[in-house]
Amino acid sequence: MNAPLTAAALAAKDFKSDYKPVWCPGCGDYSVLSAITKALATLGLRPENVAVISGIGCSSRIPAYTTCYGFHGVHGRALPAATGLKAARPDLTVLVASGDGDGYSIGGNHFLHACRRNVDLTYIVMDNHVYGMTKGQPSPTTEPDWSSKLAPGGTGLREFHPLVIALASGANYIARGFSGDPNGCAALIAEAVRHPGFSFVEILSPCVTFRPEQREWKQAVRPSPVAPTDDPARAARRLMTDDGFNLGVLYKGSRPPFAGEPAAPTHAVQDLEKGFEL
Amino acid sequence: MSARSPAAAQAYDYAEFMARAYAIELEATERYAQFAEQMEAHNNPEVAALFRKLSGFEALHAKRILGEMGWVDMPALPPPLAWEGGGEGPETAPFEALHYLMQPYHALELALRCELQALEYFEGIAKRDVPAQVKAAALDMAAEERLHAALIRDWMQRVPPPAEGWDEDPDPPRMNE
Repeated sequence: MNAPLTAAALAAKDFKSDYKPVWCPGCGDYSVLSAITKALATLGLRPENVAVISGIGCSSRIPAYTTCYGFHGVHGRALPAATGLKAARPDLTVLVASGDGDGYSIGGNHFLHACRRNVDLTYIVMDNHVYGMTKGQPSPTTEPDWSSKLAPGGTGLREFHPLVIALASGANYIARGFSGDPNGCAALIAEAVRHPGFSFVEILSPCVTFRPEQREWKQAVRPSPVAPTDDPARAARRLMTDDGFNLGVLYKGSRPPFAGEPAAPTHAVQDLEKGFEL
Repeated sequence: MSARSPAAAQAYDYAEFMARAYAIELEATERYAQFAEQMEAHNNPEVAALFRKLSGFEALHAKRILGEMGWVDMPALPPPLAWEGGGEGPETAPFEALHYLMQPYHALELALRCELQALEYFEGIAKRDVPAQVKAAALDMAAEERLHAALIRDWMQRVPPPAEGWDEDPDPPRMNE
């Protein structure tokens, strides 16, 4: 994480770009964007010291809506790009934005190994239990009995449990937020950035178009009844019995983050540019 | 999940109270402006214009607080993540309240709900053991919110309530039903 600067503090709006989001009105991702910008302002960071990396999907549009450096990458491959960036530029604060399809299905394997590597990244997954951008197919976190025209009678498949997987794979900070509480999400994200190592923040972010019943999540969520633990065994028991609606920091580990020294550059940028000369 | 908690026991001095009142108005200003942008992006110009108006009203209230306090710009606000009980300001409309086919009546209903929440918030502060100046200012704010609520109710009388099936779209984005 970057040290806060002594220059004039920036407000959340200073982290929002001039591009206007095109998510459906009512989408939880608006709130997550607001939470990210509030968290960055609270941390006293500056846009030029932050990079937001994403894959593909509704949630992955976020980099364009911020004034930070951004990379809207390949489906499911946000984490490898972010890992490379952080390894090469450890001075940057690197956030990674994803959704449940991009992050847990197409990018599922990268998720495991990003947790294992424990590079100092903050991974924010907007989970709406559906592929929204491609018109409502079931995702890894979709309930087995959710029936739709695309999956009549439901998939019958057990859901993926991302927080349990993250813990088992070595994530150093695990939290769950709800988009109906943007300031609560901002606090979780700010703490995730401060915490060294791989921080995973899952945010329940309703898809009001394909899963309108998720508006009811507001009544289902609750603060976690127990304080965060640094004991993986205790955290595992809690997460295994969790119904998916407990909010807050659920695990804070103390594993030292990966901090490899970046290799010395082998080429000057000017030399690389020569390859593109006509 | 952090709930709005106007009754949280917390003492204020006058400047801090006014800073919070300013933050409430500013957050509401920004949220209505965001809603206007969303409605513009989804080709709902009538509701977009209404949200712009609401944003403008909240901005005027914020500006008036600055004037009253002699502040030229944003004062040293309380930490934005530290509302009593967490959550957002009492006058801030929630993101999830929107629908791309919503009508002016829906927007006014939402605004009314926010004004009433703000009224409750300020009345709650006035009931606390706070300095007399804070109590008086909180009662002033509550009176203002009450007036705004009445104005919105009046506005709603002049707007047709939505007909049944207002959210039916002959060309819906959702094709999986």
